[in-house]
Amino acid sequence: MDSLYTLLVEPLTYDFMQRALLVSLLIGVVCSVFSCFLVLKGWSLMGDAISHAILPGLAAAFVFGIPLLLGALIAALICAFLTGFLKDHSRVKEDAVMGIVFSGMFALGLVMLTKIETDVHLLHILFGNVLGISRTDLVQTAVIASICTIIMVIKRRDLMLFCFDPVHAGVIGLPVALLSFGLLVLLAMTIVAALKAAGIILVIAMLIAPGAIGFLSARSFDGMMMIAVMASVVSCIAGTIISFHIDAATAPLIVVIQAALFMIALAFGKRIKQHDDQAIATG
Amino acid sequence: MTGQDVIKITDLSVTYSNGHCALDGVNITLHTGTICGLVGVNGAGKSTLFKSIMGFVKPSQGSVKIHGDIAQKALKKNRVAYVPQTEEVDWNFPVLVKDVVMMGRYGHMGFMRIASKADHVAVENALERVGMRAYENRQIGELSGGQKKRVFVARALAQGGDIILLDEPFTGVDIKTEDSLIALFHDLANEGRLILVSTHNLGSVPHFCDEVILINKTVQAYGPVETTFTQENLAKTFGGMLRHHRLIGDDLHDDEDPRGLTVLTDDERPLVLYGEEGGEQIRKLNKKGRKRTT
Ligand SMILES: Nc1ncnc2c1ncn2[C@@H]1O[C@H](COP(=O)(O)OP(=O)(O)OP(=O)(O)O)[C@@H](O)[C@H]1O
Ligand SMILES: [Mg+2]
Repeated sequence: MDSLYTLLVEPLTYDFMQRALLVSLLIGVVCSVFSCFLVLKGWSLMGDAISHAILPGLAAAFVFGIPLLLGALIAALICAFLTGFLKDHSRVKEDAVMGIVFSGMFALGLVMLTKIETDVHLLHILFGNVLGISRTDLVQTAVIASICTIIMVIKRRDLMLFCFDPVHAGVIGLPVALLSFGLLVLLAMTIVAALKAAGIILVIAMLIAPGAIGFLSARSFDGMMMIAVMASVVSCIAGTIISFHIDAATAPLIVVIQAALFMIALAFGKRIKQHDDQAIATG
Repeated sequence: MTGQDVIKITDLSVTYSNGHCALDGVNITLHTGTICGLVGVNGAGKSTLFKSIMGFVKPSQGSVKIHGDIAQKALKKNRVAYVPQTEEVDWNFPVLVKDVVMMGRYGHMGFMRIASKADHVAVENALERVGMRAYENRQIGELSGGQKKRVFVARALAQGGDIILLDEPFTGVDIKTEDSLIALFHDLANEGRLILVSTHNLGSVPHFCDEVILINKTVQAYGPVETTFTQENLAKTFGGMLRHHRLIGDDLHDDEDPRGLTVLTDDERPLVLYGEEGGEQIRKLNKKGRKRTT
């Protein structure tokens, strides 16, 4: 009993641990909801691209004294639209175009950061700093994450239809272009909100792994989303608490746990598939 | 008997952004209560015509009116349903059969797309009509090709519009499913819907269509199947693209009968014409389909 207390409750008696847990849960939930749409739409790379591409936006925002969030949002949208434009006007495939655009923008950001003095720390952008979250950061992350989560949960059927069958979405009069644009804007906002706490590497993982886990384990969309959120929440809680005890970096630990869950889902999902095949074979 | 005008296409031309002119000066008026076949070679503009009716491509000239409305407005009123080609769908997508059919109801639902009792009833009825009620809890990837097709027809039914567009519904579907789909189309047309079907199965066209549009960038011929679907018009539309076999009278009969048999095929089910050269008539290879009572 006593050991259970030290294991689970003791870490949370510290203020900074409470904040770390809260922020990773907020990010974990919003990213896992997103990951469902990204995985289904084939946009998994989009999270990767946008989270790298916002670096010059952060640097420029610092120079011009505009909110970091705004600078990052503009950079993210430039990345998304530049990718779309180049894909439509060249023979290069989308993934290659995207790779060029985001690595180019990331490199530009790196160059800018070496030339100007900012309080944007590269290491924090890459790896995040969950344990060093301030109260304002927490509020900002909470507001953005909640807004995005609520919008996506409310509009999940429209977004799901947009991923599954955009032609039908258009035929029944849904604003397809707006859905696609909206998803991108929300994605950019989420990444920006998550970056400070989680860092690029965690955000990218969180935007893919939960959706992939849900995809492997569920047969319906709502089921997929529920499993994705659950997997994300479990790995965030476990990751935060374990990192306290073994004194490891929180974000990477969460990613490792998600990867482990993915492997489990892969093994488990396969078994269901075989079972199905047998059922068909025997009758 | 011809029904009300539903789709009125006037002088429609479509040019894609790469400068390719896919449709040129199309004039067609389609009526309720008919099944209309859309026939032409690959690249003739069949899918483009569908896209124009759905308002997805902007005409460079002319207009498409649905019940007097422009396409976008008609779509908002749930007038048009579209059954996609099988290849256009991601079959691994985690949705159940009943979820797919429910998508047809979204246009009738509120902001959050919460299904009402009426929506559930519409979904059940639609599944019942295509004979897929028993499969409603299957994931869509767990169906055969013909069953998949029927699910999407059910979605169109649940949507409840009076225009149903089907792009090549018979590819990869066996004769039995094809016949059951055709029977269903007849029922739907008899209820006053317009069914527009593009197909490469020339042999099926006289078997189930009331009207036919022969298209090759421009409309080559349009009208009732009996008078429009002739060897002459087909030759005009397809140029040398048809496989053409003719068995003349001597090969077929021992007597003096001069009638011959012509088999025309674009893809799957061949079209068979029988009679004297030039005066041949359509012979249906398969008479199983229900004859329409109009
Ligand atoms: N998005 C596009 N951009 C440019 N050209 C296009 C586009 N879509 C179609 N085309 C061209 O327009 C013409 C008509 O194409 P469409 O898809 O309407 O043919 P189709 O009759 O449906 O052919 P199929 O029998 O192969 O389905 C073709 O020559 C095609 O190359
Ligand atoms: Mg086509």
